[in-house]
Amino acid sequence: MTLKSLSENDKPIGVIGAGNFGSVIANLLARQRNVLLYARNATVVENILSKRENRGYKMHERITPTNNLSAIAEQCDIIFPIVPSAHFRSMMKELSPYLHPYHLLIHGTKGFDVMLPDGQTIDTMANLNRSMVKTMSEVIIEESVVARVGCLAGPNLARELAEGHPAATVIASHFNEVINVGKRLLRSDHFQVYGNNDLVGVELAGVLKNVIAIAAGALSGMGYGENAKGLLISRGMVEMVYLGRALGGNTKAFLGIAGIGDLATTCNSSLSRNFNVGFRLAQGETLENILASTDEIAEGINTVQIAKKCADYYKVRAPITSTLYHVLFEEMTVKRALEHLMRYPLNVDIDFLTE
Amino acid sequence: MEVVEKKNKNKQYKPILDGIPDWPVYQLSKNRKEFIEEVAQKTFAHIKKNRPSPKQIIDEIQATVYREQQRMKRNRWRVDPADEPKFWSTIKNEVVTLSTKPPEESEAKADEILYRIVFRYANEIAGNFRATSYRLTREIIKFWFARLLNGARVKKFGAFFRNRYSLRDKIHIVGKVGQLRKLAKEGTIVMVPTHFSNLDSILIGWIIHSLGLPAFIYGAGLNLFNIKIFAYFMNSLGAYKVDRRKKNAPYLETLKFYSMLAVQKGAHSIFFPGGTRSRSGRLEKQLKLGLLSSTIEAQRNLYMETPVGEPVRKIFIVPVTLNYHFVLEAPDLIDDYLSSKGQDRYLPEQDKYGSWQLLQFLFKFFTKGSNISVSIGPGLDIIGNHVNDAGNSLDAHGRIIDTRDYFISNGTVTADKQREDEYTRMLSQKIVSEYYRINRVFASHLVAFVAFELWQKKHPNLDLFGLLRLPEEDQEIKYEEFRAACKRVRKEIYRLKAENKIYHATHLKGKIDLVIRHGLDNVGIFHLKRPLLIDKDGNIITKDFSTLYYYHNRLVGYDLEKFV
Repeated sequence: MTLKSLSENDKPIGVIGAGNFGSVIANLLARQRNVLLYARNATVVENILSKRENRGYKMHERITPTNNLSAIAEQCDIIFPIVPSAHFRSMMKELSPYLHPYHLLIHGTKGFDVMLPDGQTIDTMANLNRSMVKTMSEVIIEESVVARVGCLAGPNLARELAEGHPAATVIASHFNEVINVGKRLLRSDHFQVYGNNDLVGVELAGVLKNVIAIAAGALSGMGYGENAKGLLISRGMVEMVYLGRALGGNTKAFLGIAGIGDLATTCNSSLSRNFNVGFRLAQGETLENILASTDEIAEGINTVQIAKKCADYYKVRAPITSTLYHVLFEEMTVKRALEHLMRYPLNVDIDFLTE
Repeated sequence: MEVVEKKNKNKQYKPILDGIPDWPVYQLSKNRKEFIEEVAQKTFAHIKKNRPSPKQIIDEIQATVYREQQRMKRNRWRVDPADEPKFWSTIKNEVVTLSTKPPEESEAKADEILYRIVFRYANEIAGNFRATSYRLTREIIKFWFARLLNGARVKKFGAFFRNRYSLRDKIHIVGKVGQLRKLAKEGTIVMVPTHFSNLDSILIGWIIHSLGLPAFIYGAGLNLFNIKIFAYFMNSLGAYKVDRRKKNAPYLETLKFYSMLAVQKGAHSIFFPGGTRSRSGRLEKQLKLGLLSSTIEAQRNLYMETPVGEPVRKIFIVPVTLNYHFVLEAPDLIDDYLSSKGQDRYLPEQDKYGSWQLLQFLFKFFTKGSNISVSIGPGLDIIGNHVNDAGNSLDAHGRIIDTRDYFISNGTVTADKQREDEYTRMLSQKIVSEYYRINRVFASHLVAFVAFELWQKKHPNLDLFGLLRLPEEDQEIKYEEFRAACKRVRKEIYRLKAENKIYHATHLKGKIDLVIRHGLDNVGIFHLKRPLLIDKDGNIITKDFSTLYYYHNRLVGYDLEKFV
C-alpha cells in the first residue's frame, strides 16, 4: 500500500535550511523524490539554480531551491527543517501560519532553544530549567499545529554522507508513521535508518554529545593519545546520561546510534565543527578568534553554556561540562582544565543501569 | 454564617432542544434493535480481524465460556438473566462437538457461536431510555429535592410545600456553560468529569438537566441495577450497563463498540476518565485511555465515512470538575489509598458507611450550609485543541484548524492505531491540565492544605505514615501562625488565578478570619471525626489526620507548599 500511495502522491519533500547538513539531506532525499529546498539567502538559491552547487556539494537535479518559506508548507506534506537552533524558533514562527495538522516534520538540528524572561540573557541567568530550555521538537509543537514530529540524529558527518560512505541514522518520533516515512525516504544501500520512540531522549543525546565533542577536540589539540580519549568518551557518556535524564530522556536512547554512535564519531573526527573548536582552543586560540573564522555555527558552544546552567539547576554532577564552561567563558586554560578534571573525585564506573 | 455566592451564577436555562423525540439518546433507543445489531456485527468483525485463524476464535470462545461459568458459580447477582446457565452450557456443548467436524464446517459454526455471544452481550449492555419514565424521574427528583430543601431550611409551618429554595442555591454551576450549550447543538458532547464520590453521577445527571441539555448516556456499574428502584432511574436516564465481573475479550470489545458507536451516532456521553473515584483526594493525573481512544476512533470513523466536502459531526470533549467541601466516602477512600501505599505501615481503622449514612448525609446536606460547585471547562476537540462556540478547533494563535487533517496521510484519512494511541495520550494530558486549571478552590480546601503542610513542616523528619501517628499533644497549631500561612497561600492562589491556572470560589475573598471560619466550618463537615477544628483556646486541632490529608490533597500539584 505504501509504495503505491507514495508514487501516487508526488508532492515534493521540503527541506528548510541549505547549510551543510541540509544540503546533504536534500541530496539524499532527491534520489527518490522531488525536493524543495529553502534557503534564507537569495544568492544561495541563485547559485544552486545556475551552478547546481552549494557549499562545495553538487546538488541533485531534482532539487528546486526556493526563497519562499510558505511555498514549502503549501507544496510539501513532509518537511525536514534543518536550521541552526538559534534561528529555529523564529523560522517556525514564520512557517507556522502555513502549516496544518497533516504536515509531518522531521528536524535535523542538534541544539537547544532558550526562552528567557524579558530583559534576561543566558549570561545573566544563574541557572536554567526545563521551562526555559526546549528541544527542537518541543519548539515545533509549541509554535505550530503539527503533531506528527520526529528528529534525525546519529553519526552523520555531512562530508562522508555526501561521498556515499556507509552510515546510519536514527529517526525518533512518538509516531511510528513518522519513523516509517523517514525510513522510506532516506534508506539506501549505504545508508541504514533505525527507529526510536524516545523522541526527547534521542534529541538530548544528539545535543549533549556536542559538549563531549569539544572536549575531545581539546584533548587532541593537546596532543594526547587514545587512552585519554577512551577515558573521555566513557566518562562523557555517563555525564550525558545523567544530564539527559534530568532533562527528561531515558537512558536507553544514549546507548543507541544517536548517543554512543554519534559520540564515538564526533570525538574522533576533525570533520566535526565542535571537535575543531576544542582543538583550536587547546592550540591556544581564543574563542572570539575561532568564532570569527568560521561561517557555520558550532552548536556545542551554546550547548555547553545551557547544559552547565541546567546541571546547576537540577543538581547533576557534570564535571566535564562545567570545566568546559570555565574554559569557554571564564578564561581557564585547557591545560588547567585537564588538571582539574584529573583530580576530580569520581568513584563508581557505571551506576545508571539499575533497572 | 454563610458567605453568599454571586447570584447571577444561578440562572435558569431553557432546554436547547424542545421535544424529547429530538434527543439523540431517544433516537438511539427508538432504533434500539438495529443499533444492537450494528454493535454486534462491528464487534464480531473486529474480533475476527484480530484473530485470523479459526483456532484462535475457538480458543477465545472456550476461554469466555470457562470464565462465564466460573462467574456464575461464584458470583451471581439478582440482575443476571435466568437463562444464563442454559445459554453458556449450550455453547459449551457446541464447542466440544466442533472438533469432530470438518474444518470448513467447524469454522462457520465457530463464527456463528461467537456472533451469538457478542449479540447477547450487546443486548445486556444496551440502555433502555424511555421518554415517559425520564420525565417522571425528573419530576420525582425535582419534587423531593425541593421538599427537602424547603422543609429543612424555612422554619415555618407549611414550609415543606414552599419553593423558596431550589437545588440551584446549593449547587453552583460555573464556567463555560454557554459554550457547552452551543456545542451540544453543533456536535456530540463527551463530558469527562473528575470522580470523587458516588454522588457524582447523580449530580452530573441533575446538572445536565438543569443546563437544558438533552439526557446524556453513561456506563453505570451493573451492581447498581441490582436495586430495583435504582434500575428504574438508571434506565430512564439513558444509562447502559457495565458489568465489571466480565473481563473476557468479547465482552470488553462489545462494550467498547457500544459506547463508541453511540458517540458516533451523536449520543452525548459521560465518561469518568479517572476510572474509579480518586482514592487520595487528588485531582486525577493518570486517566484511563480506553474510552478516550474510542472517542478518537469514533471521530476518525466519522471522517472516513463522510465524503470529502460534506460536513462531519464533530465530537467535543468537555472537562468538568466537581468541587466539594465534603466527600461522604473520604475516610474509606483515603484508607484504601494509605493501605495500598504504606503496606504494613498503615493500619486503617474500621469505619464503614451504609445506606443509612447516605440518607443522613443527604438530610444534612440540605439542611446545613455546605455547597457544591461544578466547573464546566472549555470545549476541546478530540486532539485537545480548544474550540470556539461554533465548534471550530483553534490553534494557540486563534487560527482555525481542521481536525480532519490530523488523520490524513498522503492526502487521505487513514486509520493508524499507533498514531491514535499517541493522540489519546496527548488528549489525556490536555484533560488533566484543564482539570487543574478549572479546579475551584474552596475555603475548606485552603485550611486543610495549610494545616497539613504546617504539621509536615514542624516534623520534617517524619514521612507521611509517621505524621499520621503523631501523638495528640503535638497536634495543635497556634491560630496566628495558621492565619499567616493561610494568607500567604491565598495570595499565591490569587496570583495563579490571574495567570489562569486555577479558580477559586467567591467566598475565598474577603477578611481572612472569615474565610478561615468558613473553611473550618465546612471541611469534611459531616464526618464523625472532624478533620479540622478550633479548640477552646482558639488553636487549630485535628480529630482525624488521614481525612485531613485527603482534603489537603485537593491542592497538591500547584507548588503551593513553599508558601506555607
